[in-house]
Amino acid sequence: MSQHTISPEITFAPDHSGGTRAIWKTFIILSVLTVIELVIGLAIYNIHKGENPNATLVLAFKGMVCILTLAKAYYIVSVFMHLGSEVRNFIMTIIVPLALFIWFIIAFLWDGESWKNLRNTNGGSREYKPTTEQHHTVPATTEGKKD
Amino acid sequence: MSTTAIPAGTKWWNGGRSPFNSSYGKVMMWYFLMSDAFTFGAFLISYGTIRFSVNDWADPNHVFNSFPFAGHANLPLAFVSLMTFILIFSSVTMVLAVHEGHKMNRKAVEKYMIMTIIGGIAFLGCQAWEWTHLLTGEHVTLMHDGTLATLATTVKSNPWGTAVPHDQVLTALQKTPHDQLINIVNSLSHGGGAHHDAAAMSHSELISTIQAADIHVNTVGRPAFGSYFFGITGFHGFHVFSGVVINIVMYLKTRMGHFDQRGHYEMIEKAGLYWHFVDLVWVFVFLCFYLI
Repeated sequence: MSQHTISPEITFAPDHSGGTRAIWKTFIILSVLTVIELVIGLAIYNIHKGENPNATLVLAFKGMVCILTLAKAYYIVSVFMHLGSEVRNFIMTIIVPLALFIWFIIAFLWDGESWKNLRNTNGGSREYKPTTEQHHTVPATTEGKKD
Repeated sequence: MSTTAIPAGTKWWNGGRSPFNSSYGKVMMWYFLMSDAFTFGAFLISYGTIRFSVNDWADPNHVFNSFPFAGHANLPLAFVSLMTFILIFSSVTMVLAVHEGHKMNRKAVEKYMIMTIIGGIAFLGCQAWEWTHLLTGEHVTLMHDGTLATLATTVKSNPWGTAVPHDQVLTALQKTPHDQLINIVNSLSHGGGAHHDAAAMSHSELISTIQAADIHVNTVGRPAFGSYFFGITGFHGFHVFSGVVINIVMYLKTRMGHFDQRGHYEMIEKAGLYWHFVDLVWVFVFLCFYLI
């Protein structure tokens, strides 16, 4: 009854008659995803603690937490912020500009990586030798790993 | 979440109705949040660029491994998970408040708004503790000049470089000036060791005390770590703070019956959008600073 009074320009009122089941379901999904992230985080911690950390495995785990985070973002935006029940055109005006992030993230992380390579090799004028900074204890083989 | 069926052939753009089937205020709140997402995105991506551009970076599991009243127990990820769950739960109570608002149930809206406000304040309290812990917790660090000193994690100093082998610690100890040795011995008693009257000890006594303690020493880390950490979590914390203020205003307006007079609880919905956005940003801050 209330929704019609917000504005005469609103054509139809979204259906709010449902219960709170969807909310609690989303809460459980978010909690489970967070717990999985924590388990992966602790796994990364234990890999780092051990001898000769496996860089590829760590990278794979980090990729997994990134994907889980995107899943959490989807549930928060779609259910908690009700974007999922808006008109499609409106959803697109929010989602399409966010596609800029795809370029944004790739371009700037690439830039950082390139910056590191230039510094490590004096602009490409010498071979990259893992820095023998005087107080390093990290084995030379893991020195170049992305972290 | 199914929507009411849209009548076929609805002329959305012929005027007289909102093409987005939404009020001006709600649409503009969404666009504000989108712009804010780009602000936070730019901060986090800048942090990523710097982190990719260097060979070493502080390990979050070493920096954030403490818990209130747990002394010096090594508990990586524990406190930040508590903060994450507090924020997720306050998001749930917020969406329940919006839900009750749709049903014009004033008492329930008041109850859930109070719970959301408490959640927000609890989160801010946790953050205050974490910041205090980092800003005041001093760690023995091998400085660039080859001496040892105690450093806290601030926007300018970072004691979280790479680990220093024991023999180099001993060499550095010989070069360390007297006043720094006193600081280090004092920091040992903070770390749960026996208490020493450092100021009264002789130079060699100080050195032998430190040697006996078998301290863990790191090199100086990059100051960018603290700058980004305090900058981004501070900007997020400020959003949480303003969200709590907005929620308090909404609670008072609910209590005074403003929304009942207006005939709808849309303001609660708009405040809710902002609050969920704060939770959304935390999800990414949690990822970038604590998990990876």
